[in-house]
Amino acid sequence: MSSTDSQFGIGDSQSPASANSQFAIRNSQCPAVPTLVIQPSRGWVSLRLGELWEYRELLYFLVWRDVKVRYKQTALGAAWAIIQPFFTMVVFSLFFGKLAKIPSEGVPYPIFSYAALVPWTFFSNGLTQSSNSLVGSANLITKVYFPRLTIPIATVLSGVIDFVLAFAVLLGMMLYYGIIPTVNVLWLPLFLLLALVASLGVGLWLSALNVEYRDVRYVVPFLTQFWLFATPIAYPSSLLNEPWRTLYGLNPMVGVVEGFRWALLGTNTAPGPMIAVSSLAAVLILVGGAFYFRRMEKTFADVV
Amino acid sequence: MADVVIRVDNLGKKYRIGSAQPRYKSLRESIVDTVRAFPGLLSNAQSAIRNSRSEELWALADLSFEIKSGEVVGIIGRNGAGKSTLLKVLSRITEPSTGRVEIHGRVGSLLEVGTGFHPELTGRENIYLSGAILGMKRGEIARRFDQMVAFAEVERFIDTPVKHYSSGMYMRLAFTVAAHLEPEILLVDEVLAVGDSSFQRKCIGRMSDVAKAGRTVLFVSHNMAAIQNLCSEGLILDGGRMAFMGNVDQAINLYLANGARPTQATDLTARVDRRGTQTLRFTKVSICDSEGKQLETALSGQDIKIRFHYESAADFEDAAVNIAFNVYSFQGVLLTNLNAKDAGRLRMPVGRSGWFECAWPKFNLRSGVYTCALFCELNGIIVDWLQSAFQITVEDGDFFGTGSIADRSQGTIFVPHDWSSHVE
Repeated sequence: MSSTDSQFGIGDSQSPASANSQFAIRNSQCPAVPTLVIQPSRGWVSLRLGELWEYRELLYFLVWRDVKVRYKQTALGAAWAIIQPFFTMVVFSLFFGKLAKIPSEGVPYPIFSYAALVPWTFFSNGLTQSSNSLVGSANLITKVYFPRLTIPIATVLSGVIDFVLAFAVLLGMMLYYGIIPTVNVLWLPLFLLLALVASLGVGLWLSALNVEYRDVRYVVPFLTQFWLFATPIAYPSSLLNEPWRTLYGLNPMVGVVEGFRWALLGTNTAPGPMIAVSSLAAVLILVGGAFYFRRMEKTFADVV
Repeated sequence: MADVVIRVDNLGKKYRIGSAQPRYKSLRESIVDTVRAFPGLLSNAQSAIRNSRSEELWALADLSFEIKSGEVVGIIGRNGAGKSTLLKVLSRITEPSTGRVEIHGRVGSLLEVGTGFHPELTGRENIYLSGAILGMKRGEIARRFDQMVAFAEVERFIDTPVKHYSSGMYMRLAFTVAAHLEPEILLVDEVLAVGDSSFQRKCIGRMSDVAKAGRTVLFVSHNMAAIQNLCSEGLILDGGRMAFMGNVDQAINLYLANGARPTQATDLTARVDRRGTQTLRFTKVSICDSEGKQLETALSGQDIKIRFHYESAADFEDAAVNIAFNVYSFQGVLLTNLNAKDAGRLRMPVGRSGWFECAWPKFNLRSGVYTCALFCELNGIIVDWLQSAFQITVEDGDFFGTGSIADRSQGTIFVPHDWSSHVE
């Protein structure tokens, strides 16, 4: 029990063997009444995932609100989820596919790039929106308590609906090109999960930084632009030789994109060291982001 | 034997306020600061830069108190005393800088009306959303849904987006969701000032139901009448520190005696919201004792004189002066009107400057703060008329001459009287 862990502690008497056992003594004296201790915290703070689980209904409502609001107002609401990746694919196919004649691993270039753009759009939108999510929810943060992690998580999760729509178009394209997925398609949910982890991870870092340093908001568009070209969307990662190819995997989206293409289209990018490196990078970014977020959380209501 | 549900121990909250600094920094500034600090010793120079540009403000300091289960505590204090900050710390919205708080029970906070409401969603959707944000489970919201809609009186519009609601409907719906929170401990921050008077009464009624149901309530407000009606205990915050905690009547008296106006002289020269020809203008109102010495507060039972200083464009040896003032209670009820006509002083001399004096023997208002409107008519023409011209702050005094202070909760006005018994 480190001294740095002395912060908001919740003892849940319904499950006395809970993780916060330092408050177990108090629990046995007042049964069936949650006890709360509020103290100043120092340094790194625990993630308190249990509390996040308690507030899962709120997470649902926040996702529901984001989706409902997004699709209520804009006439293009649902279409936008498809337009964004689709037209990027058209532009890429014209300039990178036809003009620059970039190789596309044996599948037609349009579907080669589109299969990468679908998870990419999910990632970049999740990133952009979650980076501003805390500042945008300032009215909630200053007036109500709930675990602040819920906000960027809800923002990233609300992008799943858009992903599903764009994915449906991808399936349509596969039908059009006559590409039947192999049994490897069972890996697909894992790659989606990897995209989620990567998006949330970076989003947590950016949203926490944005509260304190407001100019982060201006860095994000540039960041996503740069990241787009640093990811093998318009080109295959096979353009790189080893060991550079494995190191390239430090960009978590490399693993997502190549994994997607392998699972759906059967390109020659089976899970290997590169994708393993991507997964590790994504997890580290997420864990680091979560701890940084929690550490900065105590200042949010005062600074936002 | 009631248990302690909230124990606050040496609580403090510090804010850093920058003099020339904006509330949030830019990354660029932080980088520049760090680079500038390099020549000197890294940590020392940085903290020197930070300190030279910011001061510390202790919004709360050395707060220690206990609240027992079922108590309804009114938290009062001037603006900036730290009341909202205290509620924020207890709600876990912001973290304390020092001290420790122990809370036993589920906490629900009502710090703002309409938290989480989104204009694009319908009333029904917003009830669910706002309820979830405030901490209610979906099942709870569903169970109380009809009750909430009926309370808010928006049955017909429940499926219309709230951006189409009138502001009154919006406020009612927003308050309703919050009012149906049923945690063990409820923290309420000045939210009762919404809606028309009938709705306000409903809200106060709802709050008192919650209080009577045995819940612990902390209630921040400037509405002394509501505090007196709802609360059993009072806590006064002054400059972030606890000035008093105890019986609510005592707390209110203490607060009113020290707060409101520091002196009883009100300067009216700067007031522009006045009617009348202004041939005669009131410049100052002061409340004095029978010897003409200016008072800080009036005591019930005291002989007071109220002086209305003026300046005039012309002087009259013998003018028909009708000067009057209305006395309103804290809740805005008109208690009485004092005017020269009723007193039989129909004609008085008026000079270029001077004062009219109203002698009020055995001042018979109970303790509290009273607001007065001032009116003057000269030879049939209204010359000056101000609403909320001045306030009279009254402390409990020995009206009946018995040596003890009468009970404050029994009405606003003292009436001199006597009792005798006749046996048949």
